Amino acid sequence: MNRFLLPLGVFIVLVALLAVGLGLNPREVPSPLIGKPAPAFRLATLAHPEKTFTPAELRGQVWLLNVWASWCVSCREEHPVIIDYAKSGRLPPVIGLNYKDKREDALRWLARYGDPYLLSVADADGRVGIDFGVYGVPETFLIDKQGIIRFKQIGPLTPEVLEKKILPLVKELER
Amino acid sequence: MKRSWLWLATLCLLAMPALAKEAAPLAADPEIERRMVKITEELRCLVCQNESLAGSQADLAKDLRNEVRELIKSGKSDDEVKDYLVARYGDFVLYRPQVKPTTYLLWAGPFLLLLIGLIALFRYLRRRERLLPEAPLSEEERRRAEALLKDDLS
Repeated sequence: MNRFLLPLGVFIVLVALLAVGLGLNPREVPSPLIGKPAPAFRLATLAHPEKTFTPAELRGQVWLLNVWASWCVSCREEHPVIIDYAKSGRLPPVIGLNYKDKREDALRWLARYGDPYLLSVADADGRVGIDFGVYGVPETFLIDKQGIIRFKQIGPLTPEVLEKKILPLVKELER
Repeated sequence: MKRSWLWLATLCLLAMPALAKEAAPLAADPEIERRMVKITEELRCLVCQNESLAGSQADLAKDLRNEVRELIKSGKSDDEVKDYLVARYGDFVLYRPQVKPTTYLLWAGPFLLLLIGLIALFRYLRRRERLLPEAPLSEEERRRAEALLKDDLS
């Protein structure tokens, strides 16, 4: 009996490890930017290309940077969630980073699906995206009053992520 | 007649650079290209995670290859270029992770498992050795065995 106990134990541990491994999402690579200052940028806004926006303007506020594009399929899935939460007034200001998109397409997309953003900026060549370590649109960054990135969501925002992670963190950071 | 052939040949030659233009970015500077490939072969593309940055056709990989080219052009060393990407995308982009406290287990793990396996094997063999009874043949048995062997051979 005892002979089988050890191999059985090893087997159970192995199965447990593999089960956990299967449950992990390999697409979610932890960002090294969490806890670091958000990269500075100055980009033209989507609506008024002659105006620019830089994150320094939101110093002292907690805000979200949502990376989106009109060509991005999951963005369409995420968009109604942002709109709902923005309408209810529970979201901090959301800045859209329009990633590698054409201006006309982006504007048409916002006209069609709604515009929950304080403003969107155009990152046509994806340079700012690279600075933020963006690799799979949509992505969302939570930035605190000091301009530090506190949280990154890879993939669409869901009510679950907002309720369980982002909104509690926002409340804490706004204090 | 001969003249017109010559003209045609000249025209063809003139047209060749235009045809060759397609591949221009690659040949722009072979030295930069060589270093770019060397660096990006060691980096993981985050979009298709089992491809290197050098081999991936994902848009992001193309952008990052351009970024690496420009960093090289601006005089950055190979390590500085890698640090630039690690600062943005994390250690995950390195196919050959750095040796540091968080990666000790990763580097030493296989050797540790090998060591555990060897110790287990060694102990198992020792125990088996002890289980086997030391039983030399008696004189009678040896004779019988010899007889049997001889019988078999003939």
